[in-house]
Amino acid sequence: MVGIDKSKHSGEALYQLSSTQQIYGGRTVLDIGALEIYQGEILALVGPSGAGKSTLLRLLGFLEKPTAGQLSYEGQLCDETWPDLENRRLATMVFQNPQLLRRSVIENVVYGLKIRGQKNGREEVANLLNRLGLTDLVAEMATTLSGGEAQRVALARALVLKPRVLLLDEPTANLDPYNIKLIEDIVCEENEKQQTTVVVVTHNVFQARRLADRVGLLLSGKLVEVTQTERFFTQPQSSQTNAFVRGELIY
Amino acid sequence: MRLIVSGDSSLWEIVRLTLLVSGIALIFAAILGVPSGAWLGMRQFRGERWLKSVIYTGMGFPPVVIGLVVFMLLSRQGALGGLGWLFSPQAMILAQTILALPLVMGVTMTAVHAVRPELRLQLRSLGATEGQVMRTVLSEARFGVIVGLVAGFGAAISEVGAVMLVGGNIEGKTRVMTTAIVLETRQGNFELALALGAILLTLAFMTNFVAVRLQRD
Repeated sequence: MVGIDKSKHSGEALYQLSSTQQIYGGRTVLDIGALEIYQGEILALVGPSGAGKSTLLRLLGFLEKPTAGQLSYEGQLCDETWPDLENRRLATMVFQNPQLLRRSVIENVVYGLKIRGQKNGREEVANLLNRLGLTDLVAEMATTLSGGEAQRVALARALVLKPRVLLLDEPTANLDPYNIKLIEDIVCEENEKQQTTVVVVTHNVFQARRLADRVGLLLSGKLVEVTQTERFFTQPQSSQTNAFVRGELIY
Repeated sequence: MRLIVSGDSSLWEIVRLTLLVSGIALIFAAILGVPSGAWLGMRQFRGERWLKSVIYTGMGFPPVVIGLVVFMLLSRQGALGGLGWLFSPQAMILAQTILALPLVMGVTMTAVHAVRPELRLQLRSLGATEGQVMRTVLSEARFGVIVGLVAGFGAAISEVGAVMLVGGNIEGKTRVMTTAIVLETRQGNFELALALGAILLTLAFMTNFVAVRLQRD
């Protein structure tokens, strides 16, 4: 993405993780020593399958609570009582599999607005559908869409909520270049215009390089390195990162 | 056929009561069975297998045994004897509700269970409350839920043993189509019995036809 200032975030930590662990059935799948995610940045998380990337994303989306350690959002510690519904709704996630409802495209897109009891914003919805090339598909059943169309609907459904944090879990895996570019462009636009903080999990290091301000490498649940994108690719601190970006990492 | 076309009043009274009893039983079974089936389909808990086995057994429970239990409950010495429901439509509704409930519950449970768990995570991530997640998952499982309701209604309306026991097949009061068919056949009124059988079949067909139509939308 030419022309995007790679150091545009405000420098304020939106999320702070310290000694954060997630354990499933006695198996530690995530063990983050320390990580800060800044307001307004695009952070890419790369790493092999099973490295804990999606688990981390679920924690950031308040869909799970950490087994041990701390996770805070804007200085507010996540615990049994926080986040409440209102704050939980600040973050929205798009999954690799679009997870659309067996309803029409438009009903899918406005789902989040409907459950919030919001009836306005028709113009914005129309505008968003147009930008994502979905205008002609609004009345179609979501089950009849192609993979790329379905993922664009899933993205529209998330963006229509104007989330402060957009979490993307392999959003363009198995998509063609046209859809990948469309989705990446919209994500960058939202990040610039709305200052949406974006955390994207991807297998694709090229995508991480195109999109992100910072990139982090996860291996076996641990954060090996997180740094500015250019630095991550050209002067990585860790030999594991070096091997990973060159496609030579054995795991 | 002549009986159906001519609109024999006692015949239509039987049809009316049949639909009323089975319809109300279905409503009760739906109110109790759909939410609880959905809840069971979405949760994992201790004793889950045990409870599911009980529900599946209930789906194939002999109606006459249900009739017997309800009869004993409602008889004068029974726990619910004070209600004075024995040989009344209320007793028939109670028996048919118990009959239809495991079917509605079991099929709803299976249908909800088949909705991919990631969808629930996605809905929560879009800001849905637990109640909203449950309603949306039920709506995703609607085809299955409809099948459960149709199966429950079918079992209730076509059942004879339980309503015979607890209703008593009293003319103009508790005589429904199935018990009337038994009586008319025994008395040799095959024409009336066949007419009732035809109506019962038509009702069953119509219910399923509507269900299939709903499933396509």
